This record gives sequence, C-alpha cells and structure tokens, in this order.
Amino acid sequence: MKDAFGAPQSLLILGGTSEIGLATARRLITRRTRTVFLAGRPSEGLESAAESLRSIGAQVHTVAFDALDPGSHETALGKVFAEGDVDMVLLAFGVLGDQARDEQEPLAAVQVAQVNYTGAVSASLVCAAALQAQGHGSLVVLSSVAGERARRVNFIYGSSKAGLDAFCQGLADAMHGSGVHVMTVRPGFVHTRMTAGLPPAPLAATPDEVATAIELGLRRRSGTIWVPGALRVVMAGIRHLPRPLFRRLPV
Amino acid sequence: MPVPFAADSAAEAVSVTGWGRTAPSSAQVLRPGSYEEAVRAVRECGGRGTIARGLGRAYGDAAQNAGGAVLDMTGLDRIHEIDAVNGLVVCDAGVSLHRLMQVLLPLGWFVPVSPGTRYVTVGGAIGADIHGKNHHVSGSFCRHVRAIELLTGDGETRLVTPEDEPDLFWATAGGMGLTGIVLAATVELMPVETSMMTVDTERATDLDDLMARLTAEDHRYRYSVAWIDLLARGAKTGRAVLTRGDHAPLDALPPRLRDEPLAFRPGRLPAAPRFLPDGLLGRRSVGLFNEFWYRKAPREQRGRLQRLSSFFHPLDGLPEWNRIYGRGGFVQYQFVVGHGEEEALRRIVRRIGSRRCPSFLAVLKRFGDADPGWLSFPVPGWTLALDIPAAMPGLAAFLDELDDEVAAAGGRVYLAKDARLRPDVLARMYPRLDAFRDLRTRYDPRGAITSDLARRLGV
Repeated sequence: MKDAFGAPQSLLILGGTSEIGLATARRLITRRTRTVFLAGRPSEGLESAAESLRSIGAQVHTVAFDALDPGSHETALGKVFAEGDVDMVLLAFGVLGDQARDEQEPLAAVQVAQVNYTGAVSASLVCAAALQAQGHGSLVVLSSVAGERARRVNFIYGSSKAGLDAFCQGLADAMHGSGVHVMTVRPGFVHTRMTAGLPPAPLAATPDEVATAIELGLRRRSGTIWVPGALRVVMAGIRHLPRPLFRRLPV
Repeated sequence: MPVPFAADSAAEAVSVTGWGRTAPSSAQVLRPGSYEEAVRAVRECGGRGTIARGLGRAYGDAAQNAGGAVLDMTGLDRIHEIDAVNGLVVCDAGVSLHRLMQVLLPLGWFVPVSPGTRYVTVGGAIGADIHGKNHHVSGSFCRHVRAIELLTGDGETRLVTPEDEPDLFWATAGGMGLTGIVLAATVELMPVETSMMTVDTERATDLDDLMARLTAEDHRYRYSVAWIDLLARGAKTGRAVLTRGDHAPLDALPPRLRDEPLAFRPGRLPAAPRFLPDGLLGRRSVGLFNEFWYRKAPREQRGRLQRLSSFFHPLDGLPEWNRIYGRGGFVQYQFVVGHGEEEALRRIVRRIGSRRCPSFLAVLKRFGDADPGWLSFPVPGWTLALDIPAAMPGLAAFLDELDDEVAAAGGRVYLAKDARLRPDVLARMYPRLDAFRDLRTRYDPRGAITSDLARRLGV
C-alpha cells in the first residue's frame, strides 16, 4: 500500500533498463519500496539493472515483456499482479528513433509509433484494469514535451508521445474515483542513453531530477507534472507561437 | 457515501480515505442494517475481504479496504438496553458516543472514556481502544467493556468477554478491527451529577515545567491534558496550557443552571467549506495562533465552570474541520514513551520545534497504567499528538527519524492515527504482534477481514 505521502511499497517498471525508471526506483527504495518488478526484453542489461537495485536492499524480479508484442501483455503482466498488490506502475519504455532514417523508411517510423504509442496503450490498459481491481495504485506514464508541439527534428517521436499523452489524460479521467491515480510526466530533454550525442536543449534535466519530480507528484497526487517545472510555462508559450515563427526557431 | 445494503448486487466502488484525507483507495461500501446482513457480507465477501468502518475518524487507512468491501456500521445504531441503576448500556457497534451522551446524560450517566471527538462509534472505540483525558485514572475504553458481540472472519458470531475468552477479547481491544466486526457491546458507565465541568487552567513556561506540573498534580484530577506550543523555541520550548478538571457536582452549579443540571446541548458551527486551499495552516498562521492561544489562557485559574462539550470536544464545534488542511490533507503523529524516557521526549519536542512543524493541535498527556489489549496503544509515560500538513517538505523522512527515536526509547505510535509507519518498525513497537497474527489466522483462516492498514503494515 502507498502511505500518506504516496510512497509505494511495490513497484513495477515497464522498460526495466530505462535510466529514468531506475533512478525513480532507487529514489523510492530509499523511502518505502521493498519489491520491484523490472519488465523488459530479457537481456544482460536487465539483469544487471536488477542486481544494482538488489544491492541497495530491494527484492527485485525480472519479467519478460515486449512492448512490440501487445498480444502477450495480458499474460506477462498478469503474472506480476497475481503475486500481490502493485502500488505503482511506471511506464518508462520508449524509443527516440532516427528521424532522418525513419522519414526514409516508413516501416521504421511505424515501429517507433508501435513501441511508444500502441505498445504503451496496450500495457497501460492492462495495468489500469489490474490496479482498478485491487482498488488502489498509481500508473505513472513517461510522456514528453515533444508531444506538446511537433518539431521538425523529431516529429515522428513527438507524434507518438502526443498520442500517448492524450491517451493518458483520458485514462486519468476514466480512472477518477476508482482509487487509481494516473500521472503523466512530461520531461524536456533528459540526459540518458537515448539522447546521448544529441545537443542538449535548454532546461535539460537528469534522470534523478525526473525521479525527484515523480516522487513529489506521487505525494501531491498530481495529474500532470513537467520536469523541470519551468517547462510548463515555456511550453504554454511555445504552444501558441504562430507556425511560421515556430518553424524558424532554432529548436 | 452510504449506500443501501447490497452484497449480491455489484454496488459501485467509491473512494474512501481516513480523517487525514491522504492515500485514498476505492472499495464497495456496504451498509448493513441488521446483524444478518453483516454476517452475509462477511461470509460472501470476495478475495479482498472486508473491514468495519464507523464514522471515519481514524486518521489513516485503518477503515479502508482497497478493492474489497467496507462495512459502514452506522446503520447498526440501536441502543438495546440501559441499566440506569448499575450504569450499563448494551448497544450496537454503530452507535456514536455523541448519541450515547444525548441519551445517557439526562439519566445521570456518562461514557467511561471520551476521546477528543464525540463522533466515534462504539465499534471504533473498541477497535482503536481509545483513550481520553482520564487515562491516568480510568485506562482506555476497553477496560470498561464487559462484553463484545463479535463477528469473526469465519462467519461466526461470538459473545466475547474478558473472562471467557481473554485472548480474543484483548486482541480485539485495539486490534484495529482486524479480529472481526464488532456488532454490539456492553459498556460500563460513569455516574455524573451534572453536564458541566469544573476546570483548572494554568500555563507552563516550558517543557520541564509542564512535566513537573503533570507529575506532581495529575492524581488530583480525573481529567488532565496539556495543549503544547511546538513552534516555540529556545527557553520557551514546550510551553503549554494545562487544563484539568472533573465533572461538576450539583452544588457547584449556579442557581440558574440547577433546573436542568444534565442538559446536553453542544453548539455547532456550519461545516468547513469543501474546497479550501492548501497552505492555510503554514508556519506563520499557526505561529500566530499558538502565540495567541498561549497568551489568551489565564496564568492560573481555578474552578471555572465549562460545558462538557467545550471541555472534551472543542473541535466537534466545527464539523468537517479536517478540510482546513486543504486537498493535500494532513497526518497526525501520536507516540508514547515510557517514564524514565523524558530525555527522548525533550529531544523529540526540540526536533519538532527546530523543524518548524506547523502544528496547532498538539497535546501532551501523561498516561496511567498500560492497558491489556494486545495492540492497545497506551503504556505508562508521556504521549504527544500533533497534526502536520502532509504537504510539508521532507515530512516523510522526518517522521521516519522520529519513529526510530520513539522505538529506541521503547515507545510506540498510535495505529488509529497512523498512515505512514514502516512495517519493520511496527514489530519493534508492538511486541505482541506475532501472537496477534496467529490469532487472526485462527479465527479468520481465509483472510476475510483485512484493511489497507493491515496490508501496508503486514499485520
């Protein structure tokens, strides 16, 4: 069960090697989290991520999970919920893709959409139903400011996150009053493997900063959080920029 | 929130919280109107079990049951029998202490133990084994309970008395409803001549002064409690206002009150508005309030007559007062440390002061003998209770540190107030926890009675 401050005792991370996911897990383990399920494609990376969390005192289980295979989600995640209550699900998987290549290869672009959007939709629905059945829990979904307004340099990724973000807002309303809390996280540029080699955008954050923001959001039972918080204001401005002007912005 | 009884129709799940309004979870709220309906609800409950709920005054998640059923016991509200000669009442679990006072005061009887609010049910009073300002004289509530009609998780109804089934009785006393559903109880009452109190008030300049006054003179009073200013620092740390008193005898009343010495007409303001912003109770506003409250109190005043409701239940005058903490809610922290651990108490009070916890409802009380309930809270020593807005930064970690300090001093925190204790600390605070767990499996093999608190703490 979560305590009065929203700190979960058990945590399921979809995308078990995600740096933001693991930073959040580390943070929550210093609070109340004792059991962690890391779901992802079986790999050495997943096992070493599990080991790193075990070393700080959590009971960690790895779960085979593939975002690209929605047909398997019900079974794979059902097993986790069968073991006991899951207080929080963090949907942390996603791919950035390669915009230039993806524009040339529609099938590659489709795969970005399948991981970030359809895979996330299916996994979210499976988890939301399970949380609803247990009557409590938080579903935290990593969206992105890239979904707030499509940019020339990453609109394939951005559009997939836009879809996911809209989906989560609706899901949050659907879950209202059911005891299930759905929180959308909109980070800006985060320094991770996914963005390695890219020039950092202004207001860049680290995975630990995202983790801190998530912990605060859990305590406040927020619906949407921005990381850093200033992005909320910045994006409110950017959303309303006229297109000819936005197109010329060096972002 | 209460819905008609419908164990077989799928009543819609609603979101439930404790009085602190933190950590909501959803459950099917059923309102049994008879013992038979309650029995059916327990026998037919699903895999996530059920828990009894009274008036929802437990601050944390004691009367919540995510994904399962919550039995709203206020539908069982009959007073079956009053023995006005010997002072005994037999009533359903859903009867509130408020109602008992309304009915019993005109007959010259009062509840044996009254907490800071009248709006608790008899079932809740047993489940939390509540204490009041008279703990140093009378102990906690269950010492005055002669018998409990208990519906255990196996679906059986048992009449449990301290003589015939001491284990089940004393596990139920303070057992947070986890041994079963209390259906009815027989409670011993206390005779009173009037519904007024004679109250002595005095100020204590700091914590040591306060403890000295409580130690020296508590035995002269039936009721004793101190409001303490936890925002005061330095030499003023722990300054307090003591109010102690007893029921006024008839001859202490002025002539105009003697016509109706047992009248019970508590006043109530309109309820606090539903939506209040967070942060109304910050350091500044609470600091001002505390300063005012301390200065307003007379330095020393003897024998003032006060209405029973304003002496015992000042907050009941403002219905839904928990809303003043805003949407973020609040946590209440109440712990006890034994006699001889005064240094731990001083340390904790200093830490709370230097941390600037904006708490305006802090009270200190000296407990009497320990109560026999397995999970009953009181042990002889000092208990401090304070309210803190849940949104206060760093509060979670700070309270964890206080837990360790309390546990190291052999003390414990009160489960009826708790919404955030760590499971591993619980066992250190309540040595009879293992016996309690064994007893639960004995009477409830399929785990039909459970709550969010039980899940969170692994009870």
